[in-house]
Amino acid sequence: MTSHEAHQVQLGLIPLFPLLGSALAFVIGKKNKALSGWIATIAAVCSFASVFNFFRSLPEGGVFEDKLFTWFSIGGFTADFTFRFDSLTAVMCLVVTGVGSLIHLYSIGYMNEEPSKHRYFSYLNLFLFSMLLLVLGGNLLILFIGWEGVGLCSYLLIGFWFKNEAFARAGRKAFVVNRIGDAGFLIAIFLCAGIFGTIDFAELAAKFVHNTNMDLLVPIVTGIAICLFIGATGKSAQIPLFVWLPDAMAGPTPVSALIHAATMVTAGVYMMARTHFIFDMAPYAMMIVSIVAVLTAFVAGTIAITQNDIKKVLAYSTVSQLGFMFMAAGAGAYWIAVFHLVTHAFFKACLFLCSGSVIHSCHHEQDMREMGGLAKVMPITFVTYLISTIAISGIAPLSGYYSKHAILGAMEHNPNPFMAQFAEWLVLAASITAVITAFYMTRSLAMTFLGTYRGHAHPHESPLLMTIPLIVLASLASIAGFYGEDLYAYLHHVVPDNGHHFHHESMADALVHSWTAILGVLAALLLYTNLKVIPQKVSQAFPLLNKLLSNKYYIDEIYNMFVVKPLEGLAGIFFNRIDRGVVDGAVNGTGMVVEISGEVARTVQTGQIRSYLFMMVLGMLFVIGLYIVA
Amino acid sequence: MPLNYYIVLATILFSIGMFGVILRKNTIVMFMCIEMMLNAVNLSFVAFSKFHGNLEGQIGVFFIMVVAAAEASVGLAIIISVFRAIVSVETSDSNELKL
Repeated sequence: MTSHEAHQVQLGLIPLFPLLGSALAFVIGKKNKALSGWIATIAAVCSFASVFNFFRSLPEGGVFEDKLFTWFSIGGFTADFTFRFDSLTAVMCLVVTGVGSLIHLYSIGYMNEEPSKHRYFSYLNLFLFSMLLLVLGGNLLILFIGWEGVGLCSYLLIGFWFKNEAFARAGRKAFVVNRIGDAGFLIAIFLCAGIFGTIDFAELAAKFVHNTNMDLLVPIVTGIAICLFIGATGKSAQIPLFVWLPDAMAGPTPVSALIHAATMVTAGVYMMARTHFIFDMAPYAMMIVSIVAVLTAFVAGTIAITQNDIKKVLAYSTVSQLGFMFMAAGAGAYWIAVFHLVTHAFFKACLFLCSGSVIHSCHHEQDMREMGGLAKVMPITFVTYLISTIAISGIAPLSGYYSKHAILGAMEHNPNPFMAQFAEWLVLAASITAVITAFYMTRSLAMTFLGTYRGHAHPHESPLLMTIPLIVLASLASIAGFYGEDLYAYLHHVVPDNGHHFHHESMADALVHSWTAILGVLAALLLYTNLKVIPQKVSQAFPLLNKLLSNKYYIDEIYNMFVVKPLEGLAGIFFNRIDRGVVDGAVNGTGMVVEISGEVARTVQTGQIRSYLFMMVLGMLFVIGLYIVA
Repeated sequence: MPLNYYIVLATILFSIGMFGVILRKNTIVMFMCIEMMLNAVNLSFVAFSKFHGNLEGQIGVFFIMVVAAAEASVGLAIIISVFRAIVSVETSDSNELKL
């Protein structure tokens, strides 16, 4: 333990930097706007450096721990404010602070003309702080603080341009939808505390291992797992709670890259990997996870085909890719989920930043029908977007192929007894979704960069501050796939592999296996490079399907009718009957009683001294009478 | 003479004063009635002092006389001020505080 204590002060450093940065960026940035971005970026880089330091010094299979203080202790139940740093945390922290630093740097260029950037950078640093709290937390409660913190920052940043009411409403939607998931998460925490008497990850895991009566607890553990997954569906945008993520694109584009693609939305995947001992005990819950994941990936992927807003395409693509991560987690292959999380963080952050670069140069035009032919004027953005598109499409040798292929492999060899009957169908649906991914991503590439320019702005390449992060992320996206084996070896001390080992594959095999994705890419290139003719014919050929998809399966409308409207009706009843009738009635009634009794009592006040004196004498006689009686 | 006589006389004087204060309207008469009540108390003080054979009651009487003198000057000053304001010494005429 001595070696752990030696690292006590330092582990707290990781989230401390962005917290300080957040405060400084706001206070100093208010006076000196240009400085705020640099303060926030330096804070992010410092945090990355300290994470890297711990990453280097972490012994194989070791754990760093940092107990800051005991938060509260009630009866036998104790909640400590503990940070814990193991290999899973290390990977997450590196991604969060690494990608985070790049996006901070990019933001300096992107938000150059924004008048209230100190607010922006302060929120961005605060987000980094919360996210680090989430991944460093040593128990469910600290994780939950970070969980809520990132939710808050997400809300603040989606509604960053709150003067636009639609944007502010998008922020509110994200917040409210997340609350539903959080309720499930909270119930899971309470259940853990109630049944196992602890919420600390290490202690919980030990209880699961050493408990001999575990079979009796399976139903309740399944309940806990499902509640945790409900929390994950909220934060990680899975069916049924994914509706907030596409609307979240109202925020500035770097925010979409950092929060709504690379880091925050993957919190659910991290949480599942962190509480793997619960999910491993609950195969029934794992079945639900798998089904929801495949369904989400498919639904979001098909919606993405018909979207014309470049950020909306990426948003639905994110939902779909998160579905892929949950497929891996649902099959018990947590390390593959984390693998896809990392590769996705690289290529999706790069795609979003590229879209930001495009939007920036097209004067805030987001409609891809108003773009086209940008490859010539924005070569760096084009090349990085191309690399990331190939990566996400799953074509070897770029990273997306390896992680996605591993996911499909994990689903095929799923040991879950509940899934024996329909595992093949899920694999088929997932494979189709993978092709769809290649299709819609290439479609967005073709509509944006190929063909001829259809808009009216004068697009130009973005400044170096914005292109450097693009280049770095694209390079990471192209090489990350080769580190699957290392990641597997690195993580297997922390998360069990459940039989999903790393499978080596020769480059030639990998290239051959990418054929489905290449098919999707070619189809999209053929259809969408010349936008004038073919897509319209296709959509005319399938009018019903087209209508269904471009209206996003009417999910928002369905929720509106079956959830929002009844809730509003209920709220109306509560407002009119309960609040106005009972609560206001009680308050106003008290006032009325006082008024009426005052009206009665004022008649005593005659203004005649005689009557006052008479009252006084009566009073004195009464007091004396009391004495005599006593 | 027995103590009872003094106490009965003091009680009668006090009651007359009290009913005078309550029933009369003229502030000066009311004032005089208050003095009568004070003197009824003084009488009982002196009687008890004699009865118990010590001087404490008589000292109390002196205090009451001093306070009554001060009170009389203040009270008469108030009555004069009220008279200047409403040209009356009747209590029924000074009912401005009524709501």
